[in-house]
Amino acid sequence: MTRTSRPETAVAPAFLRVNGQGTPLGDVTPHTTTLDWLRDRGLTGAKEGCAEGECGACAVLLSRPGADATTTEWVAVNSCLVPAAALDGQEVVTAEGLGSPDRLHPVQRELADRGGTQCGYCTPGFVCAMAAEFYRPDRTTRAPRHELDDDHEHGPNGFDLHALSGNLCRCTGYRPIRDAAYALGDPTGTDPLAERRRRPPPDPRHTRVRADGAELVRPRDLTETVRLLADHPDAVLLAGSTDVGVDVNLRGSRPALLVAVDRVPELRHLQVDDGSIRIGAALNLTEVERGLAGRVPLLGQLFPLFASRLVRNTATLGGNLGTASPIGDAAPVLLALEASIVLAGPDGERVVPLADYFTGYRSSVRRPGELIREIRIPVPLAGTTAFHKVAKRRVDDISSVAVAYALDVTDGTVVRARIGLGGVGATPLRARRTESALEGMPWARRTAVEAAAVLATEGTPLTDHRASARYRSAMLEQSLLKLHAEHPAAGEEPS
Amino acid sequence: MSSLSERPAGAVVGRSLRHESAALHVTGRARFTDDLAPRTKDVLHAWPVQAPHAHALLSRLDTSAARDVPGVVHVLTGEDVPGVGDSGDSDDEPLFPTEVCFHGQAVCWVLADSLEAARRGAAAVRVDYEPLPAILTLPEAIAAGSFQGAQPTLRRGDVEAGLARSAHVLDGELEMAGQEHFYLETHAALATVEDDGTVLVQSSTQHPSETQAVVARVLGRPRHEVTVQCLRMGGGFGGKEMQPHGYAAVAALGAILTGRPVRVRLTRSQDLTMTGKRHGFHARWRVGLDDEGRLQALEATLTSDGGWSLDLSQPVLTRALCHVDNAYWIPDVRVTGRIARTHKTSQTAFRGFGGPQGMLVVEDILGRCAPLLGLEPHELRRRNFYQDGQTTPYGQEITQAGRLHRAWDQVTRTAGLDRRRAEIAQFNATHEHRQRAVAITPVKFGISFNLTAFNQAGALVHVYADGSVLVNHGGTEMGQGLHTKMLQVAATALGVAPDTVRIAPTRTDKVPNTSATAASSGSDLNGAAVKDACEQIRDRLAQVAAQRLGVPAADVRFRDGVVSGLGTGTTVPWAEVVAAAYVARTHLSAAGFYRTEGLHWSSTVMQGSPFKYFAHGVAATEVEVDGFTGAYRTRRVDIVHDVGDSLSPLVDLGQIEGAFAQGAGWLTLEDLRWDTGDGEHRGRLATASASTYKLPSIAELPPVVHVALLEHAHEEGAVYGSKAVGEPPLMLAISVREALRQACAAFGPEGTVVELPSPATPEAVFWALQAARAGHGGGIEGGDGPPPPEADPEAPERRPQTETLLHQLGEG
Repeated sequence: MTRTSRPETAVAPAFLRVNGQGTPLGDVTPHTTTLDWLRDRGLTGAKEGCAEGECGACAVLLSRPGADATTTEWVAVNSCLVPAAALDGQEVVTAEGLGSPDRLHPVQRELADRGGTQCGYCTPGFVCAMAAEFYRPDRTTRAPRHELDDDHEHGPNGFDLHALSGNLCRCTGYRPIRDAAYALGDPTGTDPLAERRRRPPPDPRHTRVRADGAELVRPRDLTETVRLLADHPDAVLLAGSTDVGVDVNLRGSRPALLVAVDRVPELRHLQVDDGSIRIGAALNLTEVERGLAGRVPLLGQLFPLFASRLVRNTATLGGNLGTASPIGDAAPVLLALEASIVLAGPDGERVVPLADYFTGYRSSVRRPGELIREIRIPVPLAGTTAFHKVAKRRVDDISSVAVAYALDVTDGTVVRARIGLGGVGATPLRARRTESALEGMPWARRTAVEAAAVLATEGTPLTDHRASARYRSAMLEQSLLKLHAEHPAAGEEPS
Repeated sequence: MSSLSERPAGAVVGRSLRHESAALHVTGRARFTDDLAPRTKDVLHAWPVQAPHAHALLSRLDTSAARDVPGVVHVLTGEDVPGVGDSGDSDDEPLFPTEVCFHGQAVCWVLADSLEAARRGAAAVRVDYEPLPAILTLPEAIAAGSFQGAQPTLRRGDVEAGLARSAHVLDGELEMAGQEHFYLETHAALATVEDDGTVLVQSSTQHPSETQAVVARVLGRPRHEVTVQCLRMGGGFGGKEMQPHGYAAVAALGAILTGRPVRVRLTRSQDLTMTGKRHGFHARWRVGLDDEGRLQALEATLTSDGGWSLDLSQPVLTRALCHVDNAYWIPDVRVTGRIARTHKTSQTAFRGFGGPQGMLVVEDILGRCAPLLGLEPHELRRRNFYQDGQTTPYGQEITQAGRLHRAWDQVTRTAGLDRRRAEIAQFNATHEHRQRAVAITPVKFGISFNLTAFNQAGALVHVYADGSVLVNHGGTEMGQGLHTKMLQVAATALGVAPDTVRIAPTRTDKVPNTSATAASSGSDLNGAAVKDACEQIRDRLAQVAAQRLGVPAADVRFRDGVVSGLGTGTTVPWAEVVAAAYVARTHLSAAGFYRTEGLHWSSTVMQGSPFKYFAHGVAATEVEVDGFTGAYRTRRVDIVHDVGDSLSPLVDLGQIEGAFAQGAGWLTLEDLRWDTGDGEHRGRLATASASTYKLPSIAELPPVVHVALLEHAHEEGAVYGSKAVGEPPLMLAISVREALRQACAAFGPEGTVVELPSPATPEAVFWALQAARAGHGGGIEGGDGPPPPEADPEAPERRPQTETLLHQLGEG
């Protein structure tokens, strides 16, 4: 069986395969969420808890291309954010489809037996997020360690607890849920979802859904996408729908044209060559993390702190930069890495350094009709890198301040410093004065302290519900002190 | 041993069973109120029009444009109310207000064929407002004298004399934030009209009888024309005790007017902006201690932020006053309470019901005093514990002080606190940028509704002729495992296997006039009522079985589905006895009832014995704080908690751990912020979504959690020897806050006093540890409040830490 990554022409009406059953999409608008669509069909296991991808009560399983294109991977996504029409032709599995009271799925049995459910409202979402990790092909067992060792976030069965960081439970305190996760074995040979992984996922379809004065289109390729955008400069690009979905759900936004680009083949490459690393703008963060496999340590530090697994399974770098939000966590990191973005438009392509991309609050040099095709990171990478995120909550929270460092220290001297900041201005920005204060100086405590005083004055931080302005400034200052404490020069005492 | 607490051999209570609905939960089959809507034909969807002012007069409400929106069927306004348009019972919460009293208050509701049409209709409603000045913060309310309700004083002895004889007199202030319930299931109701015009309201409510009463009052109907059913709730935590009534009334009103089913389900943002929360409190206090650190006198004024209406603020305040002592003997006490009226949501019940706020005052005092007295905080706390025979400031005798001592010693031992304190000291001495601390704190929490009348419950049990059992009781299931426990109680009382019993959803037409499932009392009250009903039936069955077994009825025993007679080898299966009883024309249904005996309380003099007993617990928590950011991790928690003889250990452990996590959220992470500026958004909740109001996630789960149930804890006079568990463990989380305080202090010199705001967010912790580093951890004597969490324009310019560091480097 050969596999084409181009959408087939949609001759049949839109449909979803839900729990193994082909189900016509029916009477939906382009803005109808997958969650509402499922619930209207009586599959009320998935719940709306927040409608913005923060609680995971709506999580369902989705079939996706695996690491190699001939296999399928089951990933969990927030069904409250993704329009049902954007899943045309795809396979969805809900908690109802995983098992029944008489025949519980292993994930369901462990949760039920160990007190992992109290009110039960968040439970179907937990079940799906946990099942995705249960079926993760590269989940491998690890030797149990001491209970207070640093890596208590992986079970002896290889279960990565971060898989559940996007699911909120208000009842249990999570300990029984963790116990259930760490008690899971491997899928049995006859497990149909494990079996399903051996075949490719469904191809994307050339979807066109029109209703309620709006339209959702899934173009076949970049050419068609660019043409669509040229004809409809106000069209809203839809990749992970983690931003658009929130606008639709919480702010009543109803874009007239949604263009789904998450499966456009020209936006889904990941290439590493001599001069650069090129990341397709529509790869989701989980795919980027897997594809890079640790080759960019600074991004490696970013990923676990970027929202939750449920969000990373659909959110893209293109989307995170496309919104030009001042608090997106990718921007500071990519600024420190001196990334450029490739914008594709009707007049061809142009390459813009990310440092020149942001022009103001949620605005950029991207013109109507243009889309981000690729993110380019120059290599070789800096030798000393770090990502510091300050937020109220350790994981899956919006940054009060984010600082990314890429320093080259040669023979004890800082020869090059690039620092990206988030949360301290209307746009993500480079800490250029601090960079200058570092460059040419010996990498030593005095340099760090002096540069920290400069860093504390970068940006124009505000006071809001996340943090006060003075805390944000203090965090900039502390960040550089912390960087030095964690990366002391040779001969300096680590403190 | 009383017959109520006696546990028979082979009892089903005491076994660790799954949650009664666990298999339905995990497979997505468990139905919640709003899951009924897609299964109901012709449902109308409701959407509120929310006011954009904290305080304003409604000068015009024009719904005509909304009615032109396709799909809109009706706009509900005050004119539609046939009865009394109030969502409570105090006539201070108009369902359709003419004066807006908080930002986001609903002024009318649009009903439409789809939610989308209702939303569009709401956007088309034209409302004119005349904005009025708004009071938002507790300091503003105190300054303006804006109060509501009674202002009780709890007093014992002579507080002035007590302070006069104290070696140390300290004073201070504490302001603590409230907390959003954030039940995962937002408020929901679905109303349908029956053939005779009566109404069935499905409601996510902890208090179906009161929901019924409010709906009937709004409709101007007798209560027998309104039935309320609660299938189960996706969490309640007190937030669905008083607050669901108005939404149920909107649904019922809409259904009566249109004849179609009406669904109300709040979005998360609507729920956050419209419904009440845990009360924030302000406390000003003076305390006296002797040279050994023994508390002598406490004088305090507690001011709660009640929001725009009273709701449950008065009983919440009473409970706060009754828990200011927590576990400590204080000879002379005078504590006054008052309720601020502010232009915010009407704050309401939340797990602990004022108890946590009261307790936090004394624990904050002890945490701040310990370094000044040169005592370890754990030593100071232990030294002040109650002894049996002493009485609380409101006059209730302490009879189980030994349990708290035992729990304290057990945690100290099993958590290895002595060894770990030494290890932590070693760690702290060798780490400049990270400091650890372990803190141990007690909980003593009174069980029963303060108001004696609420301490009653009913049940209705049917045994069908095939032997299967159906139990109805007045309590609601919100995840706390009440139905699981009731199933175990019924199975125990009837001597049958658990799967012989089914628990029916809670309905007002099965058990009337019920109390709220609240105050941790669900199992105590309903369990006793279920047991009463089952025993009536069992006694009737014993008469039938006695004839078959040839023994006196008193000698018939029911166990594991088998009926036997003392002294005979003969047994008869349960189902056979039931079948025979039916043929013999035996009544196989019974209504059970229970009222808690021995309670008395006078709210005018704030004296009495309002509690049946106290629940006890002790927690030790270790934290690590990052000196660069104030970020922290909880590394380990050890808990011993007193649940009596557990009815259902898996359920009880879940309650303890879940409450602890929720309490930790309240004290650390969860940070309600309103816009208190003078701009156009004054009064708006700034944290009105899940992305801005953060709950603990699984990443906050400590690596090590050890929870044990206190042994030898039989509770005389309570159902099968058990104790209530819902609320008390929430306050075990005070140990997290105290550990953070101690870790902050560790950044400073020995004896540093740390004042910590609540919640102790990373930012708050950062400023506290910076103050500790600077050697001025705040003086208790001056009574300074906690450092402001937000930039204060009046505050002196922040001196960057780098200045100090550079100075040091220059010298070195």
